[in-house]
Formats: sequence, structure tokens, C-alpha cells
Amino acid sequence: MEKTTLSNRTKYLNPYIGGVLLGLVLLAANFIAGRGLGASGAIKSVVVSTTQTVAPKYAENARFFKEYKEEHSGSPMKNWLVFQMLGVLVGGFVSGAFAGRLKFKVEHSPKITSRRRLIFALLGGIFFGVGSQLGRGCTSGSALSGMAVLSFGGIITMMAIFGGAYALAWFFRKNWI
Amino acid sequence: MGPLAVNDIISSNTNFFLAFVIGIGFGFVLEQCGFSSSRKLAGLFYGYDMVVLKVFFTGGVTAMLGLLFFSLFGWVDLGMVYVNPTFLASAVVGGLIMGAGFIMGGFCPGTSFCGAAIGKIDAMIFILGLFIGVYFYAFGYPLFETLYKATPMGSPKISTMIGLSDGIFALILVVVALGMFYVSEWVEKTFPREEY
Repeated sequence: MEKTTLSNRTKYLNPYIGGVLLGLVLLAANFIAGRGLGASGAIKSVVVSTTQTVAPKYAENARFFKEYKEEHSGSPMKNWLVFQMLGVLVGGFVSGAFAGRLKFKVEHSPKITSRRRLIFALLGGIFFGVGSQLGRGCTSGSALSGMAVLSFGGIITMMAIFGGAYALAWFFRKNWI
Repeated sequence: MGPLAVNDIISSNTNFFLAFVIGIGFGFVLEQCGFSSSRKLAGLFYGYDMVVLKVFFTGGVTAMLGLLFFSLFGWVDLGMVYVNPTFLASAVVGGLIMGAGFIMGGFCPGTSFCGAAIGKIDAMIFILGLFIGVYFYAFGYPLFETLYKATPMGSPKISTMIGLSDGIFALILVVVALGMFYVSEWVEKTFPREEY
């Protein structure tokens, strides 16, 4: 009996309280670093860093990597978002540990197989990866952080992300409902 | 006073350390809200769970109001805070591609790291996809470059563009957010939620 109460209590945080806390984290980022939160930028850092290591000649000549070097000084891994994303992994893990949610599993609707879920997860990741580069940031860096500083581009990207997902929701409904 | 790092009040290494601390807060809050679950996130698009909208807009509005008040109190110089630049065409196309990724994958980049941190294998595969996507973009950059650099508009604020002060625009956004919260509470009652 007591166990049920405990698991009910620790299930998820009230979304409005969670939202205020998220806003305070984002405010702290802006106050301390003068910039918002982000995720895809850290992936870009890893992509640039690995390419520079594995194929230095290519990285020196290819435009994408040349432009990155012009815009950023120092090692691509010594980057604000890389440190922030390492923190996200730690914070997510600690929260999951407190809430008793640490478990290896493929989460999916009972109506689809794990295999189907993983194929669509991979596809979704690929699309999000490409889109985040074009959009100069993802849901965190462009949409959320952009909204906090009233960036026109950030708010446009936000509407395009959610609008695009709603427009396609019908076609992918079998994966979720 | 603020931003601390831009004004050299803290060193670059302290800034990196604080990035890590801020990241812990970010990951902790996302996971506490249930953003480590793709089924919970995708609920937004089918109406059975509107947690994304509630957390996202409460967070955005809180940070926005915080920055405006900090600026009013003289605690932060908004002119030194990074405002994302606007390239209209790539913002729209990139956003739509991300939307497709969201509905297929059930995560966005930040939330996928959160899911992976607690052992979600679908989140780890999503991250693998993210890397493939960014490598593809980097190696195929000549294909994307024209679109990426099209229609540059500088870094305008939406308030300036529609001719309102930041404060008035913020007030409108707060009212819109409250309206959306009201609607999403109603939507959740309308569409049944399974246990997951």
C-alpha cells in the first residue's frame, strides 16, 4: 500500500511547476553565459571534432568545416553546449534514479513492435539532425531559447516545428495511438 | 552586471563549469516532467498528453519575464544577450524537417539525451540518427548552403518587427500561453490517455 502511494507521488512533476523551473534554468543560462540552452550544437561539435581528427585534410578544405572554424576559436569540444549536454545526461540520470525510472527498454505503443519503433526513432533522428542544422538550432536552442529573447527567427522555427509535426501527425498515428 | 561571462565577471573556465551545472538542472527538470518518454512527448500531437505545451510555454514565458525584469533592475544588459539570427527560409524549412523528425522519432535532441540517460533504447537510436543527420548535412553542405544562407534578416526581435514594446509583447504572449493552457486542459479530458 505504502509503495503505491510512493510511486504515485514520485511519478512526474506538475508540468506548470516543471515549466517554471525550466524557465529559471534558461534564465540562469542567459544571466551567466549570455546565451540560452541547446542540444544540437553539442552534436555539431562532436561531428566537427571527429571529422577533424579522422580526416584532417578533408576538414581543412570542406566548406562546412571551414566556416565552423571561422566562427569558433579553439577546440570544437571546448564548447559551452558540450559541457551543458554532459550535464543533461547527469541530471536526467539523477532524476531517473530518484524516481525509480532507470531501466533499459524500448518504449513503444503496444500496437507496434520494438523493431518498428526503433526504425522510426532512427529516421526521426536523421530528420531532426538535418533540420536542426538548417534551423540553426533545435527545440531547445532555437525554439525555447529564441522565445525567451523574443527572437523572430526562433519563434518562426518553433511554429514550423510544431506545425510540421501536427501536419504529419495523421500519417504516423499508428505509431502512437 | 550580467551576463557574467560576456562582461568578464567570471572566467571562461568558470563559464564552462557553470554550463555543466546548468545542464544538470536542465536534464533533471526535463526528466522530472516526463520528457524522457517519447509516448508522453508525442501526446501533444494527438491530444492525449499536453505536457510538452505546458512545460515549454511556462518555461519560455518564465525566462522571458525574468530577463525583462532583470533588465529593468539593471541586473542584465539585454544588448549583450545572444538573440538568434533570422534566416527566414531556412528557419521555416529546417523547422518543418524537425517537425517531421519529431512525429517520427518522438523526441527532440534535448529530450532524447534525457531518455538515453535513464536507459531508453529508442532514445539512444534517435541520438544515433541525429549524428547521421548532422554528418549528412556537414558532408552534403554544398546541397544545403544556398538555402541555409538565403533571406538573412539580422537578429530582429518579434516585438520590434510588429512595432510593440518588449513588455507589451510579453504581456500578449502570457495571455496567449494562459489561453493555450486552458485549451490543453480541455483537450486532455477529451482524448483518452492510456497508462504508459
